[in-house]
Amino acid sequence: MGYYSSYYSYGLPTFLIIVIALYILFTGSGEAFNVGRFLEETSPYAWAGTGIGLCIGLSVMGAGWGIMVTGSSILGGGVRTPRITTKNLISIIFCEVVAIYGVIIGIVYSAKIQPVPEHLLYTPHNYFTGFALFWGGLTVGLCNLLCGVAVGITGSTAALADAADPNLFVKILVVEVFGSIMGLFGLIVGLLMVSAADDFSAAAGVAQAVASPYVL
Amino acid sequence: MEGLFFNANTGFLEGIVRGYKAGILTPSQYANLAQCETLEDFRTQLSATDYGNFLANEPLPISTSTIADKATEILVEQFKYLRRNAVEPLRKFLDYITYGYMIDNVILLITGTLHERDTHELVKRCHPLGVFDSMPVLCVASNVEELFHSVLIETPIAPYFRDCLTASDLDDLNIEIIRNTLYKAYLEDFYEFTTSLGSPTSDVMHRILAFEADRRTINITINSFGTELSKESRAKLFPTIGRLFPEGNNQLAKADDIDQVRQICENISEYRSFFSDAPSAHSGGSNGDGFGAMAAQLEDRFFSTEVHLNKQAFLQQFQHGVFYSYLKLKEQEIRNLTWIAECIAQDAKDRIQDFIPIF
Repeated sequence: MGYYSSYYSYGLPTFLIIVIALYILFTGSGEAFNVGRFLEETSPYAWAGTGIGLCIGLSVMGAGWGIMVTGSSILGGGVRTPRITTKNLISIIFCEVVAIYGVIIGIVYSAKIQPVPEHLLYTPHNYFTGFALFWGGLTVGLCNLLCGVAVGITGSTAALADAADPNLFVKILVVEVFGSIMGLFGLIVGLLMVSAADDFSAAAGVAQAVASPYVL
Repeated sequence: MEGLFFNANTGFLEGIVRGYKAGILTPSQYANLAQCETLEDFRTQLSATDYGNFLANEPLPISTSTIADKATEILVEQFKYLRRNAVEPLRKFLDYITYGYMIDNVILLITGTLHERDTHELVKRCHPLGVFDSMPVLCVASNVEELFHSVLIETPIAPYFRDCLTASDLDDLNIEIIRNTLYKAYLEDFYEFTTSLGSPTSDVMHRILAFEADRRTINITINSFGTELSKESRAKLFPTIGRLFPEGNNQLAKADDIDQVRQICENISEYRSFFSDAPSAHSGGSNGDGFGAMAAQLEDRFFSTEVHLNKQAFLQQFQHGVFYSYLKLKEQEIRNLTWIAECIAQDAKDRIQDFIPIF
């Protein structure tokens, strides 16, 4: 089973998806799989909420992962060489900063979420805001995840190298700084992505929402 | 990928072991030790290192065996601390390291029983890292048959006995063959285990274990010249994990003298220098027996290569090889300290620099 576990993990889901897709196709309800309808009918609130959740969730995961990797090395190295414990807290701070970026973006994005009644919700501007918040949040979350992990691994090496030879700490710290800049890039791009998005607002001058002709 | 998950279980202990490694003696400390006139000076110099006052309670005059024993005790304490705090897979890795010492201890007990010695005396001479729970059981056995059967069940090294036949094979000549068969099985098992741990542990440990296998192969070959060990039996003792496997092993099995061994080892560039005639700093001057001098030189070169490989293990982070390498480097340091202490005690200052420097 050991060698074939990758066959199972990739083959079984693929097989199931193909079977279900062909079933839907051959029983005449192929039109049910409609990407355009899905995008039109999903509430922009769902997109926005998911985006913000991913943003803060992935950022905190990255920060926590980095702190775990660095912290254990600082503790281990600090047993024989206690002088490293104070200086190496800066690696922990770099990891923590990544989570702060996630919080900032979360706050900025959630300010755009305003209550709007459902029949006035589906306007082009609101669609745009919903999508922008989702993809912006995902971008920032992934950037911060990888940045936190990178800073964590480098911080662990910095702690152990510092314990062996104090001159090495500043040199490895430079590498960490470059790693931490990636989180900043994510923050900037996330802000740019939603700069053109307005808050959720009610459709103006519309008596009734136009129903999509494909809705039964 | 190893950087993502390694520290969760083993990060703290890796930091600890690198701290231990920072306490290994430096060349300047060796220089201080070599200049001591008496063993009391030696003890004072050592108290300024990581060893501290480990000899403080020893009555004068101190003997070199006491120094070696006490230093080994410190190493064993460090190893036990690591072992107590380890979780899988480090726990199994550290257990594998102890199996080598267990083999030596079991062979010691078997030999002792064969010669009708009191096994309780022998237990004191066992290596502390190779002590296992059922050792008292082995001491109770009164003859070799009983001993062999209890070994087959009670010890963690029981699987390695599969290739050794029966208790009737146990007599003096065969003890060494049994020791080498056990060690071959152990090395191959350890090699497979480190492969299952994945890169980079497997990269580091493969290099070290392959050299260990080749070293044993060459030693077995050279030691079997002039004995009645048949070539087939000799071939069965060679581990299959070294760089000399398979062609070098086959050729060494048929070799008859040391020149053939030298030729076979020339195929591997790192081993070429082992047999070169250039006198290294370690070869003794007044040694009349050419073969003896060559053997001592070879042993020294094996030790230097081993130290070199173990030092390289520390260049990579997030792998388990550092635990093995630290143990071996510390053992080399204890051998060095014993050598220096012996030279001081016997007033042979001209050979005091003949130890293998580590850093």
